[in-house]
Amino acid sequence: MFKIFKYSFFDLIRSTWSLVYLLFFLLTTSAILYMSGDLTKAIISMMNVILMLIPLVSTVFGAIYLYNSREFAELLLAQPIKRKSFFLGQYLGLSISLAISFVLGVGLPFVIFGVIGSSYLNNFLVLMVVGLLLGFIFSLLSYWVALRFENRIKGFGFALFIWLFMSVIFDGIFLLILIWFESYPTENLAIVLTLFNPIDLGRVLIMLFLDTSALMGYTGAVFYKFFGAFKGIFISALALILWIIVPVFFLIRYANKKDF
Amino acid sequence: MIEILKLQKSYGKNLILKDISLTLERGQIISILGPNGSGKTTLIKSILGLVIPQVGDIRFEGETILGGWEYRKKIAYLPQIARFPENLKIRELVNLIKDIRQQNADDDYLIQFFGLEKEMAKSLRSLSGGTRQKVNMLIAFMFDSPVIILDEPTVGLDPVAITRLKELLAREKDKGKLILFTTHIMSLVEEISDEIIFLLEGEVYFKGSVSELNQLNGSGNLEKAITNLMEERNV
Repeated sequence: MFKIFKYSFFDLIRSTWSLVYLLFFLLTTSAILYMSGDLTKAIISMMNVILMLIPLVSTVFGAIYLYNSREFAELLLAQPIKRKSFFLGQYLGLSISLAISFVLGVGLPFVIFGVIGSSYLNNFLVLMVVGLLLGFIFSLLSYWVALRFENRIKGFGFALFIWLFMSVIFDGIFLLILIWFESYPTENLAIVLTLFNPIDLGRVLIMLFLDTSALMGYTGAVFYKFFGAFKGIFISALALILWIIVPVFFLIRYANKKDF
Repeated sequence: MIEILKLQKSYGKNLILKDISLTLERGQIISILGPNGSGKTTLIKSILGLVIPQVGDIRFEGETILGGWEYRKKIAYLPQIARFPENLKIRELVNLIKDIRQQNADDDYLIQFFGLEKEMAKSLRSLSGGTRQKVNMLIAFMFDSPVIILDEPTVGLDPVAITRLKELLAREKDKGKLILFTTHIMSLVEEISDEIIFLLEGEVYFKGSVSELNQLNGSGNLEKAITNLMEERNV
């Protein structure tokens, strides 16, 4: 697994796209820091950027990478290697190279701005952890979708639909449900629904940690009321980790029976 | 060495391999022929474990390959399309494969043999189709594997490289290896193969030597014999 990881990591980290991704984050983060001039505000603004863009970019990269390495995968799978090691290695190479662009791109400007040693360091770290988790989750989902669909257009379409669903459509449906059932207690339903959307989970996790109740929104407030801040943070973090473990399980199971 | 027992494979409703049984022995060059879509590549990929059959078994040195991976240490594979990761250099690619296989590799000799010395530090993106195919061959032949499987090995090669490939195959055969390849080029089959397996619509339609096939059809020309074989079937 490690050998495959090493090769795909070095292949990806040298691609132009990794560089573009890094530069994009450097520019955006610097601009936001410069314009807000305040770490708390910058962290909140970056949260919105991260919740929107990390899933999108990871989705696009995951699918492109799998489709581009399709023929090479065939060559490598004909070598004495387990399918599981190959796919896990390649997925780690993909997600970790993306993670490095993200950590450097967002981390450097914040460090230069003096986040280390300030009282906002923890908030900043939570933001980074959520960004990393979302990157791992969405690159995994689109990698899996791309593996399932031989047809690139279908695969891309489906992967992008997952992103669109999680980041836009889901919230709309959520809101509709809350309006329809406004005369009933909807707290439990809201919690369950949130567990099914990693982007919302990320948002709740950051909000609970920052303790900015004004920005918490309905789900954040429900989580807070239901679990309290500490338990709420724990549960949303656990759910995000499950969003990695469960798809990995399905990815391996599917990879083992697929024809190449 | 390789036994294929009642192998069946379908993609959806499309039955590609219908009940194939074959025994392949060492020290032979075997060519797998057949029209497009007759199941040549699927058969090869089943042996490699890339395609998982629904029915039947494949045994490598007496043991089933289904679910296994270690038997592939003894197989070298030359795929049909050579597409490599763009940002790696040839040298790194060769090292990756060596790293995975953990076997002694004869790469320096082959690099010279294919005239790739100057290209080793180039990134794979910048290579021409022919050079890629040479890199592909380098990877397939650098290990001393008892079985060599080639899918359309001559596509994109210049005449010099084809001659080299033939030399290489003859030499490996003399070492007592089993060489299995698919092709559409009849002259290559006539020249190097000991045995022909002719697949038609997922079944073994003919298995035997080139001369047997010629005698069977009485045409004295392999290309015609194959055409006759296919037409007979259609009548």
